[in-house]
Amino acid sequence: MAKELWKGNEAIAEAALRAGVEAYFGYPITPQTELLEYMAREIPKYPGRVFLQAESELAAVNMVYGAACAGVRVLSSSSSPGISLMTEGLSYIAGTEVPAVLVDIMRGGPGLGNIMPSQGDYFQMTKALGHGDFHPIVLAPSTVQEAVDLTYGAFELAETYRTVVVILADGAIGQMMEPVVMPPARPVMTEQERADWALRGAKDRERRILTSLHLSAEGLERMNQGLQNKLARIQQKELRWQETMTDDADLLLVAFGTAGRVCTSVVSAARRAGLKVGLLRPISLWPFPEQRLVELAERVQQILVVEMNAGQMVLDVKAAVAGRAPVHFYGRMGGVVPLPDEISAQIDKLVSEPAGGTGFKTGSNNGYGQPKAMPAANGVRA
Amino acid sequence: MARGTIVVETNRCKGCELCTTVCPQDVLAMSDSFNARGYKPVVLVDPKNKCTGCALCAVICPDAVITVFRLPNVSRMSRAPLARAQAMAA
Amino acid sequence: MTPIALADYDVVYRRPDALTDVQTHYCPGCTHGLIHRLIGEVIDELGIRENTICVAPVGCAVFAYNYFNVDGCEAPHGRAPAMATGIKRVIPDRVVFTYQGDGDLAAIGTNEIIHAAGRGEDLTVIFVNNANYGMTGGQMAPTTLAGQVTTSSPYGRDVDLVGMPMRVAELISTIPGASYVVRRSVHNVANINKTKAAIKTAFQVQMAGLGLSMVEVLSSCPTNWHMSADGALKWIEDAMIPVYPLGDYRVADAVEPLTKRRRPDRSQNGSLATIPEE
Repeated sequence: MAKELWKGNEAIAEAALRAGVEAYFGYPITPQTELLEYMAREIPKYPGRVFLQAESELAAVNMVYGAACAGVRVLSSSSSPGISLMTEGLSYIAGTEVPAVLVDIMRGGPGLGNIMPSQGDYFQMTKALGHGDFHPIVLAPSTVQEAVDLTYGAFELAETYRTVVVILADGAIGQMMEPVVMPPARPVMTEQERADWALRGAKDRERRILTSLHLSAEGLERMNQGLQNKLARIQQKELRWQETMTDDADLLLVAFGTAGRVCTSVVSAARRAGLKVGLLRPISLWPFPEQRLVELAERVQQILVVEMNAGQMVLDVKAAVAGRAPVHFYGRMGGVVPLPDEISAQIDKLVSEPAGGTGFKTGSNNGYGQPKAMPAANGVRA
Repeated sequence: MARGTIVVETNRCKGCELCTTVCPQDVLAMSDSFNARGYKPVVLVDPKNKCTGCALCAVICPDAVITVFRLPNVSRMSRAPLARAQAMAA
Repeated sequence: MTPIALADYDVVYRRPDALTDVQTHYCPGCTHGLIHRLIGEVIDELGIRENTICVAPVGCAVFAYNYFNVDGCEAPHGRAPAMATGIKRVIPDRVVFTYQGDGDLAAIGTNEIIHAAGRGEDLTVIFVNNANYGMTGGQMAPTTLAGQVTTSSPYGRDVDLVGMPMRVAELISTIPGASYVVRRSVHNVANINKTKAAIKTAFQVQMAGLGLSMVEVLSSCPTNWHMSADGALKWIEDAMIPVYPLGDYRVADAVEPLTKRRRPDRSQNGSLATIPEE
């Protein structure tokens, strides 16, 4: 298969089309809009498939909910503020256990923030995508090819577990162009191939009801227990991560998405400088690769978590590592992408005085005075 | 012998009395005893066989607890609505 | 005189097949149940039970899908038109209807109904206006009347503070994509039959693919209005209809023929089942 140059947002859209997505509901929001525009151009070329721009992200996710209840492969995409509008609908989808795929091209926040790449939605995606106990499967690509591959497989994954699968990228991945090998196109499911729980009209069978409403406590607990069992299965089977030079690493970098991509350069630079640095890049943020992290934490001397936020995944890392090794954090906010040499400087400091290490870089913050440096994240009183 | 009659699903009636407000023959009354849900259901009280099966009670019943019957061999004049009503009920 | 056996009688009215035999949870005399019954009768008469999908709201009718013997689902509060859009767009040959209360449609869901109408979605919306939030115990809704006491307008709705009652049929009728928008009431038998005729037309508009159809139905709420079932129907007539005039607010040209049933010949002097609309 030939490599072609693809823009992230459009590559993700094309991957979904090739995976047999049948309906796309979206809303314009930078830095994700090219995905919507691509679907607007391409879907009409596929008879029977549906493209619709909704009146809001909130409406879009409820259209997704409807199409999912009809058992078709359905996609929506947005960016951080839009995702916030979708949280109620996503909770309903999780509670009804119908499959759907959602793409979040993260941007600077909170509030209107800006349109720069960010990883500020980590908590929202992995901890609180809506009310109630549920977790979507969250997959974080760091290249356009990986975004394509994860999107291509996301629909089957969603159907296997009847859950929401989130492709968690950011403005950088959405906007950059990279060579990509596109997967083969799969036909759309015929109506007969749709799931046996799907709503289609009660012809020659009992009627079906899809709801997340269980008024009795026991009934809702049974439903939740089923959900938790499903999530446990996902945690066993759907872990994905990538390691770079971790076999002999003294210092382990942990970073995902674009931050993970930057850290691969940091590892090579450090190795050239004779420093044994390795990288663990979680691809599935939920389920989180805890076990692997524990194994590595027992071998390395220090861990440095690098994120494009104020420190979110670092809490999961600390929870998993549980004191086996000191966990440091370096982050940039506001949509600033940390550059390799900034991170290398952190590493040098950590290697020279292990207990040191700063929190997040205190760039200018529009005049409110310098934010207090975050305490060292390793529990050791600085 | 009444030209029409009704059957009430007694345990489903919530005793809202709306049917009693529309019966042209005034043959509907509320029972003195309670049904399974603790409501006093409607009862057909038609000693003089005045019920014509006009079904107004069924039209206003919010819980569809009333099934309406009508004798087939009534005079031609009033048979006509029966045919169509049957079509609707079928 | 030996009593005639029931079997000798013909059935002229029974519960429609499109309703399940599940007893509704609605309060005694609440006309939600009656409106469900009319929808069930229409689904039977149009023969579409096996082809219909119901989208239930959040509100008193949150369990509507338990009462219709059709495939059903549950939309978040106010979002039924969007969810129904998602269903209808992917299985366009099915009949999809939403059943929504005034809190659901006229407050939180206003954006969704306006844009579903704006797009001319081939959907049928049964909008039940009982001038309050019933399920949560009788709070003020956008349709609550001026001066009407509710648990969240305990001193009567102050229109200077919270504005005038919202007339949804008039609002939606300004949108071209809504091709059949009418307001009916169920406060007496004659109007119940007209409501049923309107619901039938609304479903036929959808089946003919003529755009969005919406029937606003003035409905009673004896419990939260603190009235008897019969008193509540009177209140609809005396207090609600002056604020919410009944009538046809938008009947697109293409829909016109659907509203003119074949007028039954004189000899049958009208049918019990459907009252032709003037």
